Amino acid sequence: MSDTPIDRVAKATPPSVASKIRGLSDRTIAWLFVAPSIFLLLAVNIFPLIWTINLSFTNYKANRPNREVDFIGLRNYERILTDSDIWLTMQATAHFLFWTIFLQVLIGFALAWLINRKFKGNDLWTTLIVLPMMLSPAVVGNFWTFLYQPQIGLFNYAVSFLTGIDPSSFEMIGDVALAPWAIVIVDTWMWTPFVMLICLAGLRSIPDYIYEAAEIDRASKWRQFWTITVPMVLPFLMLAVLFRGIENFKMFDLVVQLTGGGPGSITELTSINLKREAFEKWRTGYASAYAIILFVTVFGLASIYVKALNKVKER
Amino acid sequence: MKTAKLLAATALVAAGGFTASNAQAADLTLCWAAWDPANALVELSKEFESQSGHTMNFEFVPWPNFADRMLNELNSGGKLCDLLIGDSQWIGGGAESGHYVKLNTFFDSEGISMDDFAPATVYAYSTWPKGTPNYYALPAMGDANGWYYRKDWFADPELQAEFKAKHGRDLGVPNTQKELLETAQFFQGREVDGQTRYGATIHTERGSEGITMGVTSALYPWGFKYENTPGKYDMEGAVNSADAVDALEFYKEFYKTATPPGYSDGYMVAGLDAIKSGQVAMGMNWFAFFPGLAADPDVGDKLGFFANPPQKVEGSTLGGQGISVVAYSENQDAALEYVKWFAQPDVQAKWWELGGYSAHNSVLNDPGFPESAPFAGEFLKAMAAVQDFWQEPAYAELLLAMQKRMHDYVVADQGTAQEALDKLIEDWTETFEDEGKI
Repeated sequence: MSDTPIDRVAKATPPSVASKIRGLSDRTIAWLFVAPSIFLLLAVNIFPLIWTINLSFTNYKANRPNREVDFIGLRNYERILTDSDIWLTMQATAHFLFWTIFLQVLIGFALAWLINRKFKGNDLWTTLIVLPMMLSPAVVGNFWTFLYQPQIGLFNYAVSFLTGIDPSSFEMIGDVALAPWAIVIVDTWMWTPFVMLICLAGLRSIPDYIYEAAEIDRASKWRQFWTITVPMVLPFLMLAVLFRGIENFKMFDLVVQLTGGGPGSITELTSINLKREAFEKWRTGYASAYAIILFVTVFGLASIYVKALNKVKER
Repeated sequence: MKTAKLLAATALVAAGGFTASNAQAADLTLCWAAWDPANALVELSKEFESQSGHTMNFEFVPWPNFADRMLNELNSGGKLCDLLIGDSQWIGGGAESGHYVKLNTFFDSEGISMDDFAPATVYAYSTWPKGTPNYYALPAMGDANGWYYRKDWFADPELQAEFKAKHGRDLGVPNTQKELLETAQFFQGREVDGQTRYGATIHTERGSEGITMGVTSALYPWGFKYENTPGKYDMEGAVNSADAVDALEFYKEFYKTATPPGYSDGYMVAGLDAIKSGQVAMGMNWFAFFPGLAADPDVGDKLGFFANPPQKVEGSTLGGQGISVVAYSENQDAALEYVKWFAQPDVQAKWWELGGYSAHNSVLNDPGFPESAPFAGEFLKAMAAVQDFWQEPAYAELLLAMQKRMHDYVVADQGTAQEALDKLIEDWTETFEDEGKI
C-alpha cells in the first residue's frame, strides 16, 4: 500500500524540525501556514489602505517631502464633493460605464446566440471575433486614433461610405459631442468578445432536453427564448456585467491613448483624473481622499450587485 | 619616421592614461528629453569622455513622459541621473526640495561667471528665488517658441497676387499676430500643387504642457502678466485682463479657422510631421527643432523661420533648460567636472555648431552668429523678449490647471475666454493658498 501525500511529507520533514513542531497544536500549525498570506495581505492591502485613509485627512504632497504636513480634517473630502469638475468626471465615467456595458451585453449576447448555432466556419468566426480582446489596450487606443483621423482615418471613410457625409467634416476625438462615443465604440469593439464568450458558456450549459421538452409542449421559439434561454443565461450575463463594470470603472490606458481625457475634460474618467491629481499635481492628501471616495462607491455598488447576483443564482 | 610616430602615440596614450587616473574615472549618466539636440549633445560629449576619462551614459525620455519620469526620479531620491537637463519650470521645486546641488561655490572656485551667459537664460534656467544670485543650473540650451513656414508657397506669384488682392499687403512673414492668423486662414483648405493644404499647426496638446505653451505664445504678445506686482501673487486683473481675454479668443479663433482637421491634441512631433508632409503652410514649434528641419532633405530648403510676431508688445514663450547636478548622485565631482567643461566658450561654440542652442555670450554676441544659420537671427530676436510660465515649486499643479482651463475653452468649446481665465485664477489661488504664499 502506497503512502499518502501527508505521510510522505511527514517522512521528509527533518527530525530537528519535526521535534519542534510535534508539541504544537493543530490550530497553531494552521496559523503558521496561514500567517505568511495574512502578513502579505496586511502589508500589501490593509496597511496601504489605512495609510491612505490617514493621508486623506492631511495636505501631504509626496513630491515635497520636506514640506510641513498639516492635519486638515475633512477639508479634502469637502473639496472633492463640492467640486463641479469632479462631478463632471463622474458623469463622464457613468456615461462610459452605462453605454459600454449596455452595448457589450446586447451585441455580445447576440453574437453568442449566433455562434451557438451550428454552421460551417463556426470555429473560424469565433476566433476572428475574439481577436480584439487579445490586443493590448494601449495599442488599441493608439491605432484607433489613426482610424478616427478625419483626413485619413478608415472609420471616417466607412461612415462617409455609408452615409455620404464628408469624412473630414467630423472629428470623433476632437469633437465634444462625439468624443464620449468614440471611447464607447472602441471599448465595445475590444471587449464585446469577452461578454460573448461568457454568454456562449451560458448558452452551452443549457441542456438540450429542456428545449426538447418545450418543443413537445409546443412552446414557440420566442417563448423558449424568454422562458428558458434568458433565465438560464442571466447569471452568466450578470457576471459579465460585474467584470466589465469593475474593469471600466478603473479604465485608464485605452482612453488615455485615445483621447488623453480630452477634448477639454470631456472624456476624463475618474481614474485619469485621479492619476493627474496623485502623480502629476502631486496632491497626495487630496488624491487619497478621492481614492477613498471611489473605493467606497465601487465597494458599495459591487456588494449590492453581488447580493443580487446570488439571488438570481438561487432561483 | 615610423619610430617617431610610435613614440608620439605612446606619449599620447601615456598622457591620456595620466589624465584619467588623476581623478577616478566615473560612469556618468545625463538625463534629458529625447529630441534632436540630445543627439547633438551625445556627439559633443565624446570630447569630454576623451579628455576626462569618464564614461558618459544618456537617459533620454520622450517629451510627453519627460516631466513625469524625471520628477518621479527626483522625488524618489533616485540615483539614475548624475546630471539633469531639466525644464526651466522645475528650478523652484529642484532648489526648494533639495534635488539640485547649489552651484554658487563651485562657480566661484572654477571662475565660471553667469555674466558670460545671456541674462534671460540665467534668470530663467539658473536662479531660485527668481532673479537672485542663487544658481542651481548652468544655462544649457536656449529655446523659445517660434514659427516655420513654406518659403516656396509664399513665393508663388499666383498666391502672392491673390493674397495682395485680398489683404492689401504682400504675402510674407507676418508682422503681427493678427497678420499671422490672416496668413494661416489664407492657406486653410487651399489647393497648392494639387493637394489640399491647411493654415498652420499650433500647440493644442492636453496631457502635458502643449496647449499652455501655445496659448502663452498668444498671451505674451498681448502683454500678459501673471501678477500685477511681481512676487505678490495678485493675479486678479492681470491674468484675466481684457487683453488676456482678447489673446485667448484669438487663439481659439486660430484653432477653429486655421488648423488642419482633427488637430485637437497636437504638439511638437505632430507639428513637425505636418510641415514635413506638406499638410500646412506654417507651424508653431520650438527653435530647438529648427536645425533638424533646416537639414531635412525633403523640405529643408523650402522652409523659412521667424520669431513669434508681436501684437501689442514683443513676446515669445520660453523653452530651454539648464544643466543641474543631481543632489542624490554618487558622482557629483565628475558631474561638476562636466559642467565646468561644458561652460567653456570653445565647447559652447561647438555645441551651437552641432545643433544645440548655446546661451553663452561668446556665441550669441559673435558678429557672425545671425548669419550662421537660417534661424539664428530670429532666435536672437525671440530670446530678447521671452517670458516663462510660473517656476514655483508647485508648478506642475499650476500647469495642469492651465492645461485644463485652456483646453476646455479652446478645443472643447466650454464657456467663454473670460470664464476660463477667471477659473484659472481660482485654481491658481487655491494652489498658492495651499502653498502658504497668499
